[in-house]
Order: sequence, then C-alpha cells, then structure tokens
Amino acid sequence: MDIVVLVKQVPDSGSERSLDPADNTVARGSADNVVNEIDEYAIEEALLLKEAHGGEVTVLTVGPESAADAIRKALSMGADKAVHVVDGAIHGACAPQTSAILAAALQQLSFDIVLCGAESTDGQLAVMPALLAERLNLPLLSGARKLTVEGGMARVERQTDGGYWALEAPLPAIVSTWDTINEPRYPSFKGIMAAKKKPVTKLSLADLGIDPATVGLAMATSQVLEFAGRPPKGAGVKVTDEGDGASKLVDFLAGQKIV
Amino acid sequence: MAEVLVLVELNPTGEGVRKTTLEALTAARALGEPAAVVVGGPGSAAAATAQLAEYGAAKVYVAESEEVEQFLVAPKAEVLAQLVSDKQPAAVVIPSSPEGKEIAGRLAIKTGSGFLTDVTEIAGDGTATQVAFAGATIVHSKVTVGTPIYTVRGNSVTPEPAPGAAEEEQVAVQLSDAARATRVVDRVVEQKSSRPELTEASIVVSGGRGVASAENFSLIEGLADSLGAAVGASRAAVDSGYYPHTFQVGQTGKTVSPQLYIAVGISGAIQHRAGMQTSKTIVAVNKDPEAPIFELADFGVVGDLNTVVPQATEAITARRG
Ligand SMILES: Cc1cc2nc3c(=O)[nH]c(=O)nc-3n(C[C@H](O)[C@H](O)[C@H](O)COP(=O)(O)OP(=O)(O)OC[C@H]3O[C@@H](n4cnc5c(N)ncnc54)[C@H](O)[C@@H]3O)c2cc1C
Ligand SMILES: Cc1cc2nc3c(=O)[nH]c(=O)nc-3n(C[C@H](O)[C@H](O)[C@H](O)COP(=O)(O)OP(=O)(O)OC[C@H]3O[C@@H](n4cnc5c(N)ncnc54)[C@H](O)[C@@H]3O)c2cc1C
Repeated sequence: MDIVVLVKQVPDSGSERSLDPADNTVARGSADNVVNEIDEYAIEEALLLKEAHGGEVTVLTVGPESAADAIRKALSMGADKAVHVVDGAIHGACAPQTSAILAAALQQLSFDIVLCGAESTDGQLAVMPALLAERLNLPLLSGARKLTVEGGMARVERQTDGGYWALEAPLPAIVSTWDTINEPRYPSFKGIMAAKKKPVTKLSLADLGIDPATVGLAMATSQVLEFAGRPPKGAGVKVTDEGDGASKLVDFLAGQKIV
Repeated sequence: MAEVLVLVELNPTGEGVRKTTLEALTAARALGEPAAVVVGGPGSAAAATAQLAEYGAAKVYVAESEEVEQFLVAPKAEVLAQLVSDKQPAAVVIPSSPEGKEIAGRLAIKTGSGFLTDVTEIAGDGTATQVAFAGATIVHSKVTVGTPIYTVRGNSVTPEPAPGAAEEEQVAVQLSDAARATRVVDRVVEQKSSRPELTEASIVVSGGRGVASAENFSLIEGLADSLGAAVGASRAAVDSGYYPHTFQVGQTGKTVSPQLYIAVGISGAIQHRAGMQTSKTIVAVNKDPEAPIFELADFGVVGDLNTVVPQATEAITARRG
C-alpha cells in the first residue's frame, strides 16, 4: 500500500509567534520552526499502515527551503522518500492556492491513501484535506481518531462532540487525523542516520505545470489588510488563600453579577 | 437588498437550531438580507423555521433528502454551490464547526471563491476580524475573489433577534457521485451530559493536572454544576486520563469564549490559552503564585484547589439558594 503523508512546517506553537509587518505574512524567522504537531500523528499512522500492509511512505511538503528540516524529521521517523515543492512565488499563498499546488504534486505521485493532519497550528484553518478532496475528486474521511484499512476500504472513527461517527469509503482516499489516533514514535539514532541518505525530490511550480504568476500573495483569494497585537488585559486581582480565598472569589463573581 | 446565504446547523437533538446558527444570522445582517439554508433529512426544516424567522431570515431554502444525512459533508457543499450559482448571493456565512469549515473549503473550490475561517466579526464592507496565534494577534482580512465565504467562530457574535419573513422555498437535491463518496455508517454518542455544550456554554470550569486524579474531577464538576457551567480540561488532565478528550480546551481541543472561564490547577500554557483567551472574564485557582495563568486572570486565588474549590461551590450553592 503506497501512502503519501502531507507534512507542514510551522512556527513552534509554544513560542511567541507573529506576522511580518512588511507584508502581513507569517514571520517564519522569529520562532523555531517545527513539524506541525498533528502531522506527526499522520506520519505515525502512515508508518503503522506500512508495517501492516507493506508499501512505501512518501512525505509531501509545500514550503520554503527551511521546511527541509521538517522533511528530515519525517524521514528519520521512518518515511521512505520525500517531495518538497519550493518556489519563491508561493510566498503568501492562500489556502485555495496551496491546495492547488498540493493537488498538482499528488497527481504526480501514486498512492492508495493520503494521510494528513486535521489542522495546522499556525493557520488553524482545518480545511486543506477538504480542499484537496474537492480538487482531486477523492473521498475524504476527516478528523480520524481511528483508522482501519481492509479489502480496498478505509474505515474511520471521526471524532465528534461527545462521541464519533463511523465513516467508510473506497480507496484511494484522503484521511485526516487528530492527535488522539496514536502515539508518534521518536526518531531513533539509526533512523536519523538513515534519513540522510533517503531521496528528497525538489519541485518548482514549473515542474508541476503551474504558472508562478498565478500564485502567491498578489494573487491570493483573500488578503490580510492589517493586524495588531491583542490589547493587553488590565492587571487582575490576585489574592492568597488564607481561609477566605473562596469567599473572596465568590464576592468577585457576585460583583460581576454572575452569582 | 442583497441576499446572504446562511447555512443552518440543526440541533442534533431535533429541537430547533444550534446557537451558532443564530450567531451566523446576526453576523450576516452586516452584509445584506439573510437567507437561511437548511440541508437535512426529510422534515428537518419544520423544527427550525420559527427560530429562523425570529432571527431575521427573509427566506428559508429547504433542501431535504434522505441521502444528505448518509454522506459526509460533501452534499451540503453541493447544495450551497447550486444556490450560489442560482441566487448570486453577496456572501455565504457558515458556523465555524469542523463540518462548517470543511463545507466552506469545498464551496470555495466549487465556486472559485476565497474564504475566511473563524471570523469573530463581519463589517459592512466585507472585511472580517480573525484572531490568530492563540489569540495574541487580531487580523483584519478581506476576500478578494469570487463570492466571499465566512465561517463565524462560536460565541463571538451575540445573537440579536430581528423580524424576518422566513418565506420557504424548496430546493431539489440531486447529489453527484462525488458527494456520495464517504458514507456515514453510524453516529455514536459516548458521553451524554446534562451540562451545557462546552463551546456554547456561558460559563466553563476547567481542571488541569493539578486536579491530580479522575476521582478528584468531581470537585470541578461540583463547581460547574453550582454555576450551571460546562466542564473543560487541559491536555495534561486529558493525557493523564482524568477526563475524556472531548472536553479538552486549547489548540488541539475546543475553542471556548464564555462570559466566565474558571481555570483550576491549570498552569496556562500557550496552547491552553489558545482555546480560552477570548473569554470575557477569567478566574484562576492555582497554588503557584508564578503560574502564567495569573497573567490572564481578572481574579486569581493562590491556594490549594482541594480547599478553595469545595468552599466556593458551597458558598455559590448557598447564595443561589
Ligand atoms: C493566522 C492565519 C490565518 C489565515 N487565514 C486564512 C484564511 O482565512 N483563508 C485562506 O485562504 N488562507 C488563510 N491563511 C493562509 C493558510 O493558512 C495557508 O494558505 C496554508 O497553506 C493552509 O492553511 P492551514 O495551514 O491552516 O491548513 P490546515 O487545513 O489547517 O492544515 C491541515 C493539514 O493539511 C496539511 N498541509 C497544510 N498545508 C500544507 C503544506 N504547505 N504542505 C504540506 N501539507 C500541508 C497538513 O497535513 C496539515 O496538518 C491564514 C494563515 C494564517 C497564518
Ligand atoms: C502542539 C501542541 C498542542 C497542545 N494543545 C493543547 C490543548 O489543546 N490544550 C491544553 O490544555 N494543552 C495543550 N498542549 C499542552 C500544553 O503545552 C501544556 O502542557 C498543558 O496545557 C498543561 O496542562 P496543565 O496546565 O493542566 O498542567 P501543568 O502545566 O502541569 O500545570 C498544572 C498546574 O496545577 C497547579 N497545581 C498543582 N496542584 C495544585 C493544587 N493542589 N491546587 C492548585 N493548583 C495546583 C500547578 O501549580 C500548575 O500550575 C499542547 C501542546 C502542544 C505542543
């Protein structure tokens, strides 16, 4: 079974992140860049499928040169090879444009299943899998907390408020995962060494048959007009409990007309 | 006045619409006259129309069919795409649930439009406000291509009633094979709760690793029940098995924006703040005076939750009589 995993590099969600005032795009230089955390679960799921069914795991990333680090991480976890779409013209792309690039790259690959995260930690749109399903006319089983593949069918438990929906669709299909689906492995030393020799194919927009003039900030379907830091909250009241902490708390709530 | 399509989220219990629908109807009025779109099983619109009229829907497009419920998401996007092409609306407004975002994305591709997700406000000129990076950055953006599509973040717009005629128009549902790709075989409810839904609640009480055990979460539930609140949990509490994942608040859990958020035994990591930072009033109980959660808190108690929480619950219950 051949699997493609979509992996995005994002600024570490644990550090201070911001937009770049020059053009209102994500400032990728100011924070540490990491593999989008939820994508690690998609990588793990791909490796589990490969272990059960055989086949090859290909990592696909659209992102700047620095995204090569995210690809290395995925390869050191155990993926077999990677495709990195990198082109200066992509800077500032909106989600529909990014999906067109990912879709064009997927059309050059052979796969039974495409795995990806349900949501990135920077844009947090949670739409990419749906955009790709629409463009490629493939079934999407989204928001998986459990995946089984058997007899040419994918079956998923889609995480919902208070439970799940059981989904099924024939392969080839796209499956997006949440961080409840498995526990990602850490790359082993052997894995890290092996990753250095695994093939990474770099593709430009031209390689994908996309005219660079149609992509990027200037052509985006939506634009950030301006941004600002959230106004800091005024300092609150802090009391130390000396037997009366609870009653002070309740007084505060009463003052807010909550109780 | 221009028509704005608003996708209706029906209440899964069968009683009317979700609050998110009323929020979307209210937000849509900035752009034109709201026309509600109900896509569901046969008879599903009947329970919704009265509420839709009360919140300003001039029209209700009713697209009912058995099949809509049998397949995931795609049928709803297909019905909306048909309406966008037939009615040429000024915009489409959709509640920002996981399903709503997928519908928005699919609709954007089908109609060649741009979309903005998780907006907290829509202005008359079509610009929208988005909150980025764990609530730290406020962004104003605009769709520049096609029919603008917005998904409205829960609890960020206050529903306001406005009279609407709610004139019904039936829409024929003819699904393509593509919309029938992923079958919903079963819908399973694992946690039945008498408490309000986390994302809709006006008060949320959340517990963290400091609660220290699953049994001890009864303290959090007790405080929540005294306030008629929903219960939430930090990821550390969920990962430690103290409380089910459904209730996780934060970056990889639910985003809540209640009137009051009480964080108990939660340190206030940036990924937790991502899910609760826009709450109107924030209260924290933590034994560590240096815990970052106090930077956000309007009121903080430095103390042991095992004593403060039961005392507070008792005092609130007494007051409420
Ligand atoms: C704060 C902010 C707000 C934004 N708002 C909008 C908006 O409202 N409308 C809009 O059109 N664009 C918006 N963008 C731009 C958008 O985030 C990017 O275009 C991005 O490429 C796609 O969205 P996402 O990362 O949120 O994807 P998601 O849909 O959240 O990602 C889901 C999964 O798709 C895969 N994936 C996503 N991107 C890539 C990639 N480049 N390479 C490989 N795999 C990938 C990953 O597996 C990921 O887990 C916004 C960006 C930011 C930072
Ligand atoms: C990509 C990513 C996504 C994440 N998503 C989320 C998310 O969605 N939600 C989320 O919550 N986290 C998320 N996290 C994890 C986050 O970084 C923190 O690890 C987590 O929020 C910590 O939970 P906590 O505050 O309960 O635990 P801790 O940080 O361990 O804090 C426990 C607190 O309890 C206090 N305490 C202990 N005992 C008592 C007592 N008896 N009385 C009073 N106070 C006491 C301590 O002083 C401490 O401040 C994510 C992390 C990553 C990397």
